[in-house]
Amino acid sequence: MQVVLFHLMPYAEVDIAAARKHGTVWGLPNKHYDPQVAHRLYNRFLDELEYGEELGFDAVSVNEHHQTAYGLMPSPIVTASALARRTKRVKIAILGSALPLRSHPMMVAEEHAMIDVISGGRLISGFVRGIGAEYHTFGVNPTFSHDRFHEAHDLIVRAWTEKGPFSFQGHHYRVNYVNLWPQPLQKPHPPIWIPSQGSKETIDWAAHPDRRYTYLQTFSPVKVVARYLKMYRDTCEGFGYKAKDSQLGWSVPIYVGTSDESARREAKEHFENFRNVFVRMPLEMLLPPGYTSRESLKNVMKAKAQMFGDVTIEQAIELGLFVCGSPKTVLDAFKNHWQEMRFGNILVSCQFGTLPAELTRNNMERFAREVMPALKSLG
Amino acid sequence: MKFVESTVEVDRCKVRLRRGGTGEPLLFLHGASGAPVILPFMEKLAQRFDVLVPEHPGWGMSDEPEWLENIHDVAYFYLDFLKQLSLSRVTVVGSSMGGWIAMELAVRDTARLKSLVLVSPAGVAAPGVQPADIFLMPPEEMVRSLFVDQKLAEARLAMPEDVDMALKNRHTTARLAWEPRLHDPHLPKWLHRIDVPVKIVWGREDRILPIGIMDELKRLMPKANTFVLENCGHLPQVEKVDEFVDIVCR
Repeated sequence: MQVVLFHLMPYAEVDIAAARKHGTVWGLPNKHYDPQVAHRLYNRFLDELEYGEELGFDAVSVNEHHQTAYGLMPSPIVTASALARRTKRVKIAILGSALPLRSHPMMVAEEHAMIDVISGGRLISGFVRGIGAEYHTFGVNPTFSHDRFHEAHDLIVRAWTEKGPFSFQGHHYRVNYVNLWPQPLQKPHPPIWIPSQGSKETIDWAAHPDRRYTYLQTFSPVKVVARYLKMYRDTCEGFGYKAKDSQLGWSVPIYVGTSDESARREAKEHFENFRNVFVRMPLEMLLPPGYTSRESLKNVMKAKAQMFGDVTIEQAIELGLFVCGSPKTVLDAFKNHWQEMRFGNILVSCQFGTLPAELTRNNMERFAREVMPALKSLG
Repeated sequence: MKFVESTVEVDRCKVRLRRGGTGEPLLFLHGASGAPVILPFMEKLAQRFDVLVPEHPGWGMSDEPEWLENIHDVAYFYLDFLKQLSLSRVTVVGSSMGGWIAMELAVRDTARLKSLVLVSPAGVAAPGVQPADIFLMPPEEMVRSLFVDQKLAEARLAMPEDVDMALKNRHTTARLAWEPRLHDPHLPKWLHRIDVPVKIVWGREDRILPIGIMDELKRLMPKANTFVLENCGHLPQVEKVDEFVDIVCR
């Protein structure tokens, strides 16, 4: 099993009362942002990811979010670049670049290739469509989101793998001379991972025999994780091949304390801030037209009360939305879930919401020393 | 006045059409929320006109053709629609997005048109005027923002909603108008090509497309006649039926 340290790099010192009042940190006016605080946070979070290498994680991971306290990485390229030079062994996962939001996929192809070459082939490339809110803030038309994603992906992979110059004439992107300098170091190209909140369309696409991309189920109740990972395996069977465990991943926030009781006590406020303030947004923002199929949108509207209400840490642990407890509790939880799902990748967020530096470090150390070695020996 | 419902296929796209009344043809182009039912203003107009109320491609019970990607596609569709139905001397009345479609088709070809009535039309941006964000508003706030008279809003909110239809209409609206938001930056360059009489009708208290946009349209089409209705929101044809019908018939 491959263990990845995942970071959202939130604006962790956000004024929670102001965010609550605004209803969401998405679109929270940036009078609540202080560059001095952000300076401190960026450097703290980059230190945490660098420490991940020392602690023995297989990969450290960054991602892309725009104009929100939820994550301060509008460009994961910047943070991944910093990590490429400051780390030596650990893989660097960009999970992911929001392809439809970028004005041109050639930039993504070029920047990811640069990081792969500079890091000596340590890049894992993730591709996403961005969160619904980002179609509001960026102005990109969500009804073209899937089309742009697929076409951008095709252009990037061809740019990475084919000898140029060649012409790419798509519906959304047209380039007369694709001729990448640099092409990536890994051959045929860096591994491609697809993080998702769960969608049949995404699974059908990622599992296709031409791609076999690693599918990551992110921040979902564990039953939902199991359902989608099974759907991925079944889809592969339908395509006539058996999925490798390495094609499956689960991304989840965790907190390891000295005991179950102290873990819950230490994590409670910060996890609940994460779930109930940082993640929350109105339905209109979360799911703009075309971002999902209308059928999925209808299902979400039905489940609205459940999705948009507050969740306590106790409920979250019960749902498997959050893995929290003593090292033994956390290890047992992962072992049990692994027995059922056989995911080859586990992505843990050791910092979430407002979790401060000291608790984050303790969490990382306990996990890395007392849980991770046994996890790595699974599968 | 009885309206007859039929399905018309134009450009490989089947659309639902309601038609009623006698006289010269009047084509009503609905806005973002569609035209699911025949409304009183349509009945009244049908006493003077042969009124045609289609549902646009992508709305209501009409098809969602693959070719539907931008507002120009809808304009060309309606030029073909007018031709296929052999309509001429047509009064085109367009509300909101329908007003935008009316302008887009008229800058292309006015041969079959008699006049345009633009009712709080989208399509043109005005400096310093910020339209409402119809994609961020919760559904109830959206309906309330349409009217000054909140009784009309409450009546509309009380009607059972067809969720599938609402999502379909919203999807197509986004497809055509998400970005640039509810306008075509190239349209102002060609509005001078509209060589038939134009009336512009606006509710003074329009909270969706504020009346400041009317000034910009008047600047771009100096010969247009403007009509401002007091105590009226985004849908003058619903909120001020008689005054509206009177303006169209004048």
